[in-house]
Amino acid sequence: MALSSDPTRFTIADARDALAGKQISATELAQAHITALTAATALNAFITETPDRALSAAETSDARIAAGEARPLEGIPLAIKDLFCTKGVRTTAASRILDNFFPTYESTVTQNLWDAGALMLGKTNLDEFAMGSSNETSYFGPVINPWRARGRNEDLVPGGSSGGSATAIAAHLALGATGTDTGGSIRQPAAVTGIVGLKPTYGRCSRWGAVAFASSLDQAGPMTRTVRDAAIMLKVMAGHDPKDSTSVDTPVPDYEAALNTGVKGLRVGIPKEYRIDGMPEEMDALWQRGVDWLKAQGAEIVDVSLPHTKYALPAYYIVAPAEASSNLARYDGVRYGHRAAGVSDLIGLYERTRAEGFGREVRRRIMIGTYVLSAGYYDAYYLRAQKIRTLIARDFTQAFQQCDVLLTPATPSAAFGIGSKTSDPVSMYLNDVFTVTVNLAGLPGMSVPAGLSQDGLPLGLQIIGKAFDEETVLRAGRAIETAAGFNAQPQSWWRTA
Amino acid sequence: MSEAGNNSKLLNGATGKWEVVIGLEVHAQVASKAKLFSGAATAFGAAPNSQVSLIDAALPGMLPVINRFCVEQAVRTGLGLKAKINLHSVFDRKNYFYPDLPAGYQISQYKQPVVGEGEIFVDMPGGETITVGIERLHLEQDAGKSIHDQHPDYTYLDLNRAGVALMEIVSRPDLRSSEEAAAYLRKLRAILRYLGTCDGNMDEGSMRADVNVSVRRPGDPLGTRCEIKNVNSMRFVQQSVDYEARRQIDLIEAGGTIKQETRLFDSRTGETRPMRSKEEAHDYRYFPDPDLLPLTFEQAWVDELARSLPELPDEKKARFIQAGLSPYDASVLVAEKEATDYFEAMVAAGAETKAAANWLSNEYFGRLNKAGMGIGEGPISPQAAGAIVWMVIDKTISSRGAKDLTDIVWHEGGDPRAIVESRGLKQVSDESAIEAAVAAVMSANPDKCEEVKAKPKAAAWFVGQVMKSTGGKANPQTVNAILRRRLGLPEDG
Amino acid sequence: MAVDRDTVRRIARLARLAVDEDQVVAMEGELNALLTWVEQLQEVNVEGVPPMASVVEQRLKLREDVVTDGGYAQDLMLNAPQTEDNFFVVPKVVE
Ligand SMILES: [Mg+2]
Ligand SMILES: [Zn+2]
Repeated sequence: MALSSDPTRFTIADARDALAGKQISATELAQAHITALTAATALNAFITETPDRALSAAETSDARIAAGEARPLEGIPLAIKDLFCTKGVRTTAASRILDNFFPTYESTVTQNLWDAGALMLGKTNLDEFAMGSSNETSYFGPVINPWRARGRNEDLVPGGSSGGSATAIAAHLALGATGTDTGGSIRQPAAVTGIVGLKPTYGRCSRWGAVAFASSLDQAGPMTRTVRDAAIMLKVMAGHDPKDSTSVDTPVPDYEAALNTGVKGLRVGIPKEYRIDGMPEEMDALWQRGVDWLKAQGAEIVDVSLPHTKYALPAYYIVAPAEASSNLARYDGVRYGHRAAGVSDLIGLYERTRAEGFGREVRRRIMIGTYVLSAGYYDAYYLRAQKIRTLIARDFTQAFQQCDVLLTPATPSAAFGIGSKTSDPVSMYLNDVFTVTVNLAGLPGMSVPAGLSQDGLPLGLQIIGKAFDEETVLRAGRAIETAAGFNAQPQSWWRTA
Repeated sequence: MSEAGNNSKLLNGATGKWEVVIGLEVHAQVASKAKLFSGAATAFGAAPNSQVSLIDAALPGMLPVINRFCVEQAVRTGLGLKAKINLHSVFDRKNYFYPDLPAGYQISQYKQPVVGEGEIFVDMPGGETITVGIERLHLEQDAGKSIHDQHPDYTYLDLNRAGVALMEIVSRPDLRSSEEAAAYLRKLRAILRYLGTCDGNMDEGSMRADVNVSVRRPGDPLGTRCEIKNVNSMRFVQQSVDYEARRQIDLIEAGGTIKQETRLFDSRTGETRPMRSKEEAHDYRYFPDPDLLPLTFEQAWVDELARSLPELPDEKKARFIQAGLSPYDASVLVAEKEATDYFEAMVAAGAETKAAANWLSNEYFGRLNKAGMGIGEGPISPQAAGAIVWMVIDKTISSRGAKDLTDIVWHEGGDPRAIVESRGLKQVSDESAIEAAVAAVMSANPDKCEEVKAKPKAAAWFVGQVMKSTGGKANPQTVNAILRRRLGLPEDG
Repeated sequence: MAVDRDTVRRIARLARLAVDEDQVVAMEGELNALLTWVEQLQEVNVEGVPPMASVVEQRLKLREDVVTDGGYAQDLMLNAPQTEDNFFVVPKVVE
């Protein structure tokens, strides 16, 4: 294997081999990334950096490697979305209401990673409480996409809400990152930053210790530069957690092993409803290329129908805000977090604390969520949306009788300019049109970089699988990855000294 | 129900008679070690916030996991209330802001509770038995405690209770007087304690009642109700209903209308007043808790719980009546679980059923009452009591001797059989000794002898004198027989 | 089902969010735009369709009644804006 001299160019699999072969130490690997992220403040990918913690963990890793006791992710430096509670390390959810919150506990997913030997470089920026598709709603400012359109220097959004994690991976500030995906928040930023993002089946990764946005939709997953790395990380992140009643106790397979199986004979469904009006020609062409790539590798292409697709996004914008309005009621300035100053009556304290603590998009979603659950409206909105969810899930069940995975575009377009969509919430929400169906049905989905737009910006394809069949999703993703040969890199315009 | 029975419960107003309609929502704390959705302890009286988990304090990212024991107790209680057990139920979030509700919502059950309709039979002192419908029983979390009297400007919050499992048991509006309301609550408490699903300790807040009260003209549809929150004793239930019913009648008769509202009972003044913090119209925005799945179990599991259910007050009462107790005695004995336990332990120790019941009501309850003690606190163990009663039956001691023996055991303790031996309390049935004692009394009271011959009823005086002279040891029947023979009176009749 | 300004104020109160008057106006517009957009859900025939109750087919697991947690009042106070003697403190509540 030809290893680059720059360890930030490694994949997780490369780093694993290099560490095992003593070609690099965990400390050197960590230090290279610390140097990279220190020089990348212009991207605003991190809310909190934890270099000291990374270096001391790297020391432990080096000792274990020397003792022949390396764990599966020994010495791998990761970026953690600042939605995962990390013991003793500030956790903000990119909100003012948690701007000074230090958990006394560690989320299950991150604990699984540390137990496997991974180390934390820092906490990545996101849309406030993961509510957004462009990483522009963070209290800590927007994240800047490392990619720029060819010949231009306009700042673009990295997608959202896991935009800081996506940026950290695309800009080589970490080898892998955690994300969470409620309506597309892993896959959509992965697609527009040219990386791999995998949302597992609902219940595959524990939600314990991850700040909740919409409980029935939230799911943690890996963000990496390769499909293999996603498989490696998922294996460690996943697993049954008795502390999460919605976590599932089916065994976690060896995802990496599944990658070598290929797609010969795999039935790939193409849902006609994903061919939406106004989709750019290049997106359509990319999708067709994906079909051709899989066909060439022996897959069988099947046309399928998911008739309720167009209702997914509006149903999502009822269910998610409703759950969020309730999940965010705990941020009241009583036990932790921001409390408004100088208010002496309790209701006033609540109202001011929450108005100051939550940004505009979060307030908007709390309002809509409160409204759709309120007396007289529950049946017309929330209950109806949950019934439509059942119909959407049934669509998938029926489609999966004809095929093993689905292939769709990941996003309707490439990255757009900062500020270009903030004035119209609905047009912003449309960025999740291809990803949100999967959350409503609880299925696994993965975005894989598949090419560049005419402007030279990354575009992704999405593979959707049956519940708990991440292995097939990864197999198909690997096939796309191999065929696409995506190896474009953003220019390192952000780098300071 | 007879017209007369009905009428006797009506209240008089200035303009005529009124009927009061009462329904109770009782919150009973499940007797579990840990909370409903967290592993924190539930013990009473712990240091502030020391029995609080991250879940109870609603820290970011925390998730509920349900306690199996609590589900079991809810189902067992449902079985005890002869209620429908729902094999599929759902936990909902009830959303509202209050500082002792850390998550901003209470996990409760709204449309699909774990237990559906049932009923309770309540014996009233007059001999009437009323049937009270149970609408539902659901599981929910308790809130924390707000302490308002520690500081002039601040409220202090202790979340030790937050998340403790409660069974909310909702009755139908089937109660028609404050006495019925209190009796219903007493009976419900007894059932819970028999089942062991709730300790029923009202002082520690293990049981509280929300009392819904309305009034109407007999035969009219239901009036507007007021809900009196968190009433925490039987006496207060009775007082608050009495006050509230009178208030509503007076208000309506003065031309006013009842506003549906939540009220507080002030135990110092005996009055109810509107609760200011609840003035705001609530909109709880119930929806199924997405952190939990529906609660499902099999009928076979319910059947298994049903088989292991202990004998409950109604069944016990029937059995006691079968064994010869009067319905009144039986219902008194089953009303309090400790009394029943005590009684059954006496019987197990050898006492005959009826004699044991008599000793309790004639000897023991009075002493306990006077001493202000509950049956569990009294100084005589049920085994000792059983021995006392047994010795009367096998004629080792007389009933008079039993009185003295009870007195000794009450004050000094000790084994009743040993005391009878050492203090010579054994009943004397030896005829010659009694003969001598009778002769002595007769010769000392010749005038009385004449009197008794004329008025045979006065013989009791002689019996008393002989008992006195023998220190209560003589068998009174033998005394009576010898006396009658010597005085030439006919046999007792 | 259009939202008017009073409804915006009522919902904001329910959600415990202070809103000043120009926010009320802005929110009225935003909420109505969203509600108009989701109005399309009304065209779906949902008769006889059960609402989704759990995302994955699974039974609710039950834990044993064992005390496994608590005993860290001081830790709970670490992030609290105002405390005294291990109590959380808020402005006086009227009952
Ligand atoms: Mg109630
Ligand atoms: Zn309740």
